[in-house]
Amino acid sequence: MVSIDVRDASVDFPIFDAKSRSLKHTVLGVVGGNVAANERKVVVIEALHNINLHVSEGDRLALVGHNGAGKSTLLRLLSGIYEPTSGQALVHGRVAPVFDLGVGMDPEISGLENILVRGLFLGMSRKQMEARVDDIAEFTELGNFLHMPLRTYSTGMRVRLALGVVTSIDPEILLLDEGIGAVDAAFLERAKGRLKDLVDRAGLLVFASHSNDLLRQLCTSALWMEHGTIRQQGPLEEVLDAYQGREHAASGG
Amino acid sequence: MSTSGTTTTPTPDIPPHVRPPGRDFRSAFRDLSRGWGQRELWLQLGWQDIRQRYRRSVLGPMWITISMAVTAIALGILYSALFGLELAVLLPHVLVGMIVWTFISGCISEGSEVFVANSGLITHLPAPISIHVYRLVWRQTLFFAHNLIVYAVMLVFFPQPLRWTDLSAFPAFGLLVVNGMWVALLIGIISTRFRDLPPVTQSVVQLLFFLTPIVWMYDVLLDNPAVAERARLVELNPLFHFVELIRRPMLGQDQEWRTWFIVIGIAVVGWAMTLLVMRRYRSRVAYWV
Repeated sequence: MVSIDVRDASVDFPIFDAKSRSLKHTVLGVVGGNVAANERKVVVIEALHNINLHVSEGDRLALVGHNGAGKSTLLRLLSGIYEPTSGQALVHGRVAPVFDLGVGMDPEISGLENILVRGLFLGMSRKQMEARVDDIAEFTELGNFLHMPLRTYSTGMRVRLALGVVTSIDPEILLLDEGIGAVDAAFLERAKGRLKDLVDRAGLLVFASHSNDLLRQLCTSALWMEHGTIRQQGPLEEVLDAYQGREHAASGG
Repeated sequence: MSTSGTTTTPTPDIPPHVRPPGRDFRSAFRDLSRGWGQRELWLQLGWQDIRQRYRRSVLGPMWITISMAVTAIALGILYSALFGLELAVLLPHVLVGMIVWTFISGCISEGSEVFVANSGLITHLPAPISIHVYRLVWRQTLFFAHNLIVYAVMLVFFPQPLRWTDLSAFPAFGLLVVNGMWVALLIGIISTRFRDLPPVTQSVVQLLFFLTPIVWMYDVLLDNPAVAERARLVELNPLFHFVELIRRPMLGQDQEWRTWFIVIGIAVVGWAMTLLVMRRYRSRVAYWV
């Protein structure tokens, strides 16, 4: 049974090179989490504060919120990269995090080798990747370029390659952080198709994005993050409406 | 159609078995065993590291071998002339010493940067921190293997009195690997938090090179009554025992059980320390990088 269960979880980042003197009082801006100092005078950023969340199999959860509201940190908490500073986060299932299409890519090795390495990073085995490589190669339309080192690729070509690998895996828990751009429109349409297939295969999806269109296509429920806490969660449209209403109110005056 | 799968309460009680926030020894061991389970990844990355360093060069990784040969021969000739020792004695001593030293110093000094250098991977991909250390030690092992070619060539020109018992060089290397793992993990974790440690480590390693009998010979100093007493201080240098453990069988010299006990003792104590640090701080590495 694939599920994520987060209880009273907080994530505090110690910032060792910040001066704590100048931050005697807690600063609260529009974006970002709280900045405070802990008992040992180390400046900490409270990126997430008392998060309670349960995501179960079949859920398609959208994450919305300002820059720095804690969306990416929450995804990293859910993936197990950050273990909570207090509280707990229990993750049942194999996690495939797609936060940055470029990470784990090596510019000096060929596209084909990068497909293998990137797949290994996503928890696939060498055998599984060898079985998928033709499919990925076809999807990327890179042809002979796959034998060239990655540094010769344009940005769009890299995104094609990365998307090809990422959308070929069979994740139990799929965590997506946006950053899908820089590809031509025709390719994006094909990628969307594959992305949708991928999401359908996944047991559980959490997707952080600023694109309401993409969120509507892939998600059913939503969670609105603000200042490192959960502001609201519920059905997708309800949360999107509330979030956008707030945005309009803010920009209107 | 239920869209309310995400609720704060009630949350079903799930036994914590997959990824509980752990500051216990179990989670430290789990990190190590999961890292081992992902060996397809770090074996690949270790190879990639080596090939990358010599990509587009004609001789490729053979440069590892060549530069080792050049260094060892030059130092061998220089110091045999300075100390008035026979080249046939000192050159094998220097060469094997250098090969072993390269492995040891690689584990220590690269260990101090192992997590900082991989901060991108650590903050983007959930993986046991040990995979970066496995990758490092594997890369050093590959360097070692390349350098063994120089050793093999040396055996042709300066044959050593090798016996069957000298196969103990293999378990000796195993002990070196086991120790390299904990050293890299321990230094890696601490220097991720305290960024002054890497430069300190580099200097100490450089200093230790001169304190370890690699270009000079311990036995020769012991034969000299004027310095024998002071020379014994080298026994306090743990790296001396590591080098001796594997150099003696590789040169067909008599081995002492004492060396084995010391190195095994260091491995046990070192791993105990490392597991303690891992228990407490393993989960902090992602926050510190």
